[in-house]
Amino acid sequence: MKKTVNQKAWFFVLPVFLLVAFNAIIPLMTVVNFAFQETFGDNVFTWSGTLWFEQVLHSPRFHEALWRQIIFTSIILIIEIPLGLAIALAMPKKGPWVSVCLVLMALPLLIPWNVVGAMWNIFALPDIGLLGRTINGLGIDYNYTRQPGSAWFTMVLMDVWHWTSLVVLLCYAGLVSIPDAYYQAAKVDGAGRWAVFRYIQLPKLKHVLTIAILLRFMDSFMIYTEAVVLTGGGPGNSTTFLSIDLVKMALGQFDLGPAAAMSIIYFLIILFLSWLFYTLMMRNEEN
Amino acid sequence: MAKITLHDLGHSYVANPKADADWALKPLDLDFADGGAYALLGPSGCGKTTLLNLISGLLTPSKGRIHFNDLDVTHKSPEDRNIAQVFQFPVIYDTMTVYNNLAFPLRNRGVAEATIDARVQEVASMLDLKPTLMKRASGLTADGKQKISLGRGLVRSDVNVIMFDEPLTVIDPHLKWELRYKLKELHQRTKRTMIYVTHDQTEALTFADQVVVMNDGQIVQIGTPVDLFERPRHTFVGHFIGSPGMNLLPCEVKDGKAVFAGGIVETANAAAYKGGAKSVQIGVRPEFVTFGANGVQVQVMKVADAGRFRIVTARAGEHHIKLLVPEGATVPTGNGHLQFDADRTRVYADGWLVGAEGAAS
Repeated sequence: MKKTVNQKAWFFVLPVFLLVAFNAIIPLMTVVNFAFQETFGDNVFTWSGTLWFEQVLHSPRFHEALWRQIIFTSIILIIEIPLGLAIALAMPKKGPWVSVCLVLMALPLLIPWNVVGAMWNIFALPDIGLLGRTINGLGIDYNYTRQPGSAWFTMVLMDVWHWTSLVVLLCYAGLVSIPDAYYQAAKVDGAGRWAVFRYIQLPKLKHVLTIAILLRFMDSFMIYTEAVVLTGGGPGNSTTFLSIDLVKMALGQFDLGPAAAMSIIYFLIILFLSWLFYTLMMRNEEN
Repeated sequence: MAKITLHDLGHSYVANPKADADWALKPLDLDFADGGAYALLGPSGCGKTTLLNLISGLLTPSKGRIHFNDLDVTHKSPEDRNIAQVFQFPVIYDTMTVYNNLAFPLRNRGVAEATIDARVQEVASMLDLKPTLMKRASGLTADGKQKISLGRGLVRSDVNVIMFDEPLTVIDPHLKWELRYKLKELHQRTKRTMIYVTHDQTEALTFADQVVVMNDGQIVQIGTPVDLFERPRHTFVGHFIGSPGMNLLPCEVKDGKAVFAGGIVETANAAAYKGGAKSVQIGVRPEFVTFGANGVQVQVMKVADAGRFRIVTARAGEHHIKLLVPEGATVPTGNGHLQFDADRTRVYADGWLVGAEGAAS
């Protein structure tokens, strides 16, 4: 067979290549640029090698922020995934209530992130906020601006309120796409509610759940806006997550070198953990 | 094991059915004998799947009652009715092995593991699933998966009836024959009552002892495959079964004789016609039409080769008549005469066979 050789096809790839270059590769390279060099302005750079990376990796401040981040994300995943799944299972599958439920679920997702932070900031204030006053009214000493425990509680609650809907909507979409025949076969086979969940719904939702876990992992691991509006990283450093710490370092202290090195480490951690999650969840797909 | 009796059973997906068209299944009476192989045959939307789901209990009827033997099961769940059903698309439990899939209905009913193992092994060998027993069910091909669906029905020794809802839809053509043969064999071996829903006449006629032909939410004819072929009670059956279907030619009946295109056509039942019908037709299958020296004058339009015979389309006036001409016989070019086998040529009034007992209703 004779093949026509021509290189014109590259022109079709070019737009995509340029797009990716401008929105990902070039900005990333500027970060890399700062991560390996020292600068005092005026566009004068001196080579610093891996100095900034060593500094960041050995800094207790980074370790603490990383730990906080891992704990926060774990709590978020442990609460939001089962809760979202449970709500999706409880939602009606047909009838007029479907659209009501869907709109209610979509609402938190439509609110700008800084507004979410501001809402909860006021909502949870111990003196004038509805939530803060109610909790204190129950006899529990609650003040998220002073107590790290209260701050974490508020932060988790806010994230659950804001993002569980995403898990619900994904799971719901997965659930309604299961053909009726599966439920009918289960009835004929005499399967109970638990067996239907365990052997039909859960396996059919596997892909959707993988996506939900990945999205919630990445988003919660990068949480910034809501957290900074709610607590600003405090009290003390108790809610200073990685991205808040990064911004403090880059813009607060103007330590561009270490901040750039930290950005790259941060990026690699997310990349690695996402890959790990995905590989683990898709492990059985092959056989 | 049970005899299934339907009394005045009807179903409508509308809340208060009034017009005839509101009924997906018009009220009917029907018996399924214990151990029989039945097919419900009809075009899409004729109510056959509705009828099946009413029997299995996935739907509750709007009207009428269902008895398994003497037990009224009208409002019982599928589980309580103890039936099995194979669906159009293979339903398997993806995460389980083939073995666990087959064992699932028994485990749900709390059967002892030793009994389960014996049953699963037996069913697996019947269905040739033994080599794949320990494999994940999701890895099997469509026909393998459909065998699992069937196996889950067979594994319970006491099911009242096994129902099939167009089970071969997603199976490759060359495997359809194999599975069809397998089903027939399984029926003879297990003597379970089986009801098979399909719109494919070959599937229905090869599988069933009794075929129930449905159209428009009602039963048109119940009979053996031979009955349906040789004595269609309705023009729908004549046309729907057979390939090509029955020729239907408008005619008049004068003095007990059918008259078509100005000539008298000898028929088996024209004498029984009592008059008053809006449309009267002669029905004759292409198999029973031959070229002859005299008869209905026609012009040959088209000859299609179908292997061992040829399908000839001839024209008489504005009406087309199809006939089968065996290999080797000559087909006249241009004009010719057609003769109808008088014993197999019948008159239909308003679609129903004239003179048949309880035909028009």
